[in-house]
Amino acid sequence: MKIAVASGKGGTGKTTISVNIAMSLPAPVQLLDCDVEEPNAHIFLKPENIETSEVSRMVPEVDLDKCDYCGACGDICEFKAITVLRDATVMTFHEMCHGCKGCVMVCPHQAIQGVDRVFGQLIKGKARHVECIHGVLNVGEAMSPPLIGRVQQEIWDDGITIIDAPPGTSCPMIETVRRTDYVILVTEPTPFGLNDLKLAVEAVRLLKIPFGIVINRSDIGDQCVVEYAKESQIPVLMEIPHSRDIAVAYSKGELMIDMMPEMKEQFQQMIDKIIKQEG
Amino acid sequence: MKELTIISGKGGTGKTSIVGSFASLAKNFVLADTDVDAADLHLIIPPEIKQGNDFMGGHKAIIDPDRCTQCGDCLERCQYDAIENFTIDSIACEGCGVCVHFCPSDAIDFPQRKCGEWFISNTSYGPMVHARLGIAEENSGLLVSTVRKAARDLAEQEKKDLVIADGPPGIGCPVIASITGATAILIVTEPTLSGLHDLKRVAELANFLKVPGMLCINKYDLNPDMSDQLRTTAIDYQLTAVGKVPYDPSVTRAMVSGKSPIDYSDGPASQAIRKVWENVSRFLDAR
Repeated sequence: MKIAVASGKGGTGKTTISVNIAMSLPAPVQLLDCDVEEPNAHIFLKPENIETSEVSRMVPEVDLDKCDYCGACGDICEFKAITVLRDATVMTFHEMCHGCKGCVMVCPHQAIQGVDRVFGQLIKGKARHVECIHGVLNVGEAMSPPLIGRVQQEIWDDGITIIDAPPGTSCPMIETVRRTDYVILVTEPTPFGLNDLKLAVEAVRLLKIPFGIVINRSDIGDQCVVEYAKESQIPVLMEIPHSRDIAVAYSKGELMIDMMPEMKEQFQQMIDKIIKQEG
Repeated sequence: MKELTIISGKGGTGKTSIVGSFASLAKNFVLADTDVDAADLHLIIPPEIKQGNDFMGGHKAIIDPDRCTQCGDCLERCQYDAIENFTIDSIACEGCGVCVHFCPSDAIDFPQRKCGEWFISNTSYGPMVHARLGIAEENSGLLVSTVRKAARDLAEQEKKDLVIADGPPGIGCPVIASITGATAILIVTEPTLSGLHDLKRVAELANFLKVPGMLCINKYDLNPDMSDQLRTTAIDYQLTAVGKVPYDPSVTRAMVSGKSPIDYSDGPASQAIRKVWENVSRFLDAR
């Protein structure tokens, strides 16, 4: 079963919840960090036996000897990633390329071929019994979804996969969540938390994936999230009160379940319940 | 006219509360919310919308079953596995138009879609440009660029000399669109290992794009050792340290009552943010 941990707003505790769930569950369990722009799960998991590989995607390369500057490639490209300067040269903007191969297919002289361009890394390791996989987008690269897709190719067929999603409700979050069986939305009981939670709820409803809410730092703000959950009939899976000790442990990259072992059972029960309902 | 963008790398470090406070302290400026994916600034600075505009983003392919002969050409060409049983999954479709171009029966339509909205509003602090990207929509970078341009045009028209922009988290496309060509950025971070890790990546991006940067440490007293490490990192990436803000529960209370920390109380966080703003203004004046 694939369970994503997501939220509209950043900094609500997605990573904390993901890593502590993964470490609380018995093997086989894997944790995928799909926040490839700012991956943080490995800070808490401290995986060992690291294997790193480069991830590339297809971008066009033009053979100017074959090109007659007809402009067909520039016309078909919806992403302004290739453009022909009349009778002069062809310019490519690789960071804008979505890899659709339209230019390769449309060129009447077979002057364009797809070549691989490295844009990120895939990192695999193991922390205790948890298989840890994360992607790291190279700095300066704009597009994370292809790397997220690559990280998700590592999903097992059996066992449990916990997926730490990037914040927001646009392409990176959708790319992460759309292939999962259940989404845990992490929020905090504040106006910002509620506003962004509602956006995330709209997104998972659009994708027709079952979901529930974890309210982190449940005592810092007001009742708005609890009331919203009740009105909208969304299950509240767990409430975790604010604690300065948890915050300090987080700041040092320590696991919540190591500091408060009683939490382990709560995380296990939450996942058992989800599996029973949806699995 | 100058443009200051506030970003953080890691989400939830307190960007928006700080931008809201700056709005109380700055003079003669236009506000912009370039976190178009999860905009929150309007929750502490209520806008009165003067003008709403549709944001037309990319196209999506739609197969017309009446014209489709099920030849399978599109299936072979699609790089995104977006076509199943001769219907296109609008979520998986990237809007590249390759299937549309090559369809031998001309059976695929390719309408441009409204991907969101952007607004010009009045607030009690002055004009604000903000936006809302549709759920699950693409092209957030283009919408960010649209908001920035509208904010700069507005500043020019109304003779304002500063744009203050609340930026998105991360280092990808919307962040690149938010900070490229800005006068300066302020990175708001927190003293945690995650904050440090994310700061390095966003600072590297700022260096790569040659945007001058400042650093503010929020909740610095949560882990003073880590705060020291953040300051060392700031030096490594040529970021100017402009101050630190202590953990102060009144920041959350301010948010709950729909106000910025500065407008809510004169507690320790508010006092520290005033000092940060003095340093930020000085930094901007020198540019």
